Amino acid sequence: MKKNILYFLLNISIILLIIIFVITANRNFDSYIIRILNLCAIYIILGVSLNLINGFTGQFSLGHAGFMSIGAYMSALLYMSPELKEVNFFITPLIWPLSVIQIPFVFSLIIAGLVSAGVGFLIGIPCLRLKGDYLAIVTFGFSEIIRVIFNNLQNVTNGPIGLKGLPTHTNLWWSFGIAILTVLVVKNLINSSYGRALKSIRENETAAEAMGVNLFFHKSLAFAIGAFFAGLGGALLGSFIMTIDPNTFSFLLTFQLIVIVVVGGLGSITGTVISAIIITVLMEVLRSVESPMNIFGLHVPGIPGMRMLVFAILLMTVVLFFKKGLMGMKEWSWDGLLKKYFPDNER
Amino acid sequence: MSILKTDNITMQFGGLTAVSNFIIEAKEGELVGLIGPNGAGKTTIFNMLTGTYKPTKGKIYFYDKEISGKGIDRITSLGIARTFQNIRLFSDLSVLDNVKVGAHVHMKSSVWKTIARWPSYLYEEENIHERAISLLKVVHLENLKDDLAGSLPYGEQRRLEIARALATSPKLLLLDEPAAGMNPQESKDLMEFIIEIQNRFKLTIILIEHDMKVVMGICKRIIVLDYGITIAEGNPIEIQNNPEVIKAYLGVEATYA
Repeated sequence: MKKNILYFLLNISIILLIIIFVITANRNFDSYIIRILNLCAIYIILGVSLNLINGFTGQFSLGHAGFMSIGAYMSALLYMSPELKEVNFFITPLIWPLSVIQIPFVFSLIIAGLVSAGVGFLIGIPCLRLKGDYLAIVTFGFSEIIRVIFNNLQNVTNGPIGLKGLPTHTNLWWSFGIAILTVLVVKNLINSSYGRALKSIRENETAAEAMGVNLFFHKSLAFAIGAFFAGLGGALLGSFIMTIDPNTFSFLLTFQLIVIVVVGGLGSITGTVISAIIITVLMEVLRSVESPMNIFGLHVPGIPGMRMLVFAILLMTVVLFFKKGLMGMKEWSWDGLLKKYFPDNER
Repeated sequence: MSILKTDNITMQFGGLTAVSNFIIEAKEGELVGLIGPNGAGKTTIFNMLTGTYKPTKGKIYFYDKEISGKGIDRITSLGIARTFQNIRLFSDLSVLDNVKVGAHVHMKSSVWKTIARWPSYLYEEENIHERAISLLKVVHLENLKDDLAGSLPYGEQRRLEIARALATSPKLLLLDEPAAGMNPQESKDLMEFIIEIQNRFKLTIILIEHDMKVVMGICKRIIVLDYGITIAEGNPIEIQNNPEVIKAYLGVEATYA
């Protein structure tokens, strides 16, 4: 029990450190770095929520972009001012109740998450009878269906024109706050009886069911919670880049998240957090290889897309040397840290 | 009082009748053996009893309540647990977590209380932990609790699977070839172990086994299946001298035996 209190205090101090970091960052860093930090936090939210579905529950889902899309549109339609909506929807007017509503950002976030979770649950009903590759194909199809519907639902989503000039509500407080919330919720879920049930589904579905794990309930639970945070992440991303259209949430985005999760380690929250930060930062740093440069007197013109090439090579290196990702299924914990530095203190 | 009763359950897969008109009535505290040549339908019977298959015909009663057609997890929560012929552990989970998964079926706290670490959840989790540890002590695996289940040797994996099944607090335990792949000494230990857990947890056990020493040694009542049909039922002595059984196993006329 004493140990628990100690860990609780240590966790609180970590959160305080992050708060201090955010305050310092807001004061001292330029907007470019703050932009990268925001992206890091958003990718942590998305990566951890995807890892809950793909890594811990073992349900290979490719539908994350779909959930994000729902979250982004839902929140944007709620927090945009009626005037802004009128400007945006110049071809087909927005349908009635949405055209006059405007609610504070925080409520729009919650509603976006809940709607996304609800859709995640509904998608679960037909999808979760499938396993492995088939599930991946169906969830991928779902995400594409969402994209096509949003492209054509002119009077709700403004179709392919998308929503532009969204007010920027996303700042470091929101993105880091929700990233912490995501990590805490997923960690508490995973290290609980329900979490063990989720992992048992990943390990052996037949045995899990024979041990009394209700497959349907637990799979939908993972999908709903994963979709909830995907919705929040999508909403934050939408407000962050200030413009959303259906093609923002294409398969490439899901692919990027899968890369984050796989590099970090399927089944490790720590790994996902680390790899989300590394990959986001790397994507920015590698921009330099796209600019024109002189190598040993040889002039190389700037090649757009060059960083993706370098990125792919780095990715292959990681996969070659860390077969299970950077962290495998291991987690960083206070327990491990204390045991390493104070081995005598074992209780 | 009979804990398990079936009335003529039949299982057909297309044109193949895997089990036909199987009747069993197990009383509380009994240890029933289920034997027969390969492909006789023994595991199919287990799959029907645990809800994996719904019988084509006939009904299954557990404590006089019908359970045929109920979900697998629902039947487990009522008190029927099983082990598998080919071991199905959660290999990448620790030994302790494997047992704790078994205890999850009786979890009362909701997901929300769990995520919020509500006191009632913490209390429940504490109970699960203690119960899992005590079960590991019963199967002599408490020293290995932090190892990955997949890294254990074969015999210990078998025992862990039984511990995991016991964690669901079953009244009826179905063991599918627990002695498969064990050497004579290990199967002797296993016999004692099965008797021990039966007495300690007041279990009714149904056992599928090919190792005749084990079956004859611990089962008071044996049912013999061949091609899905019950060909004999009785105590070990009766079974050993039953001409039908000898024919099914050795494939010779009883007169030669």
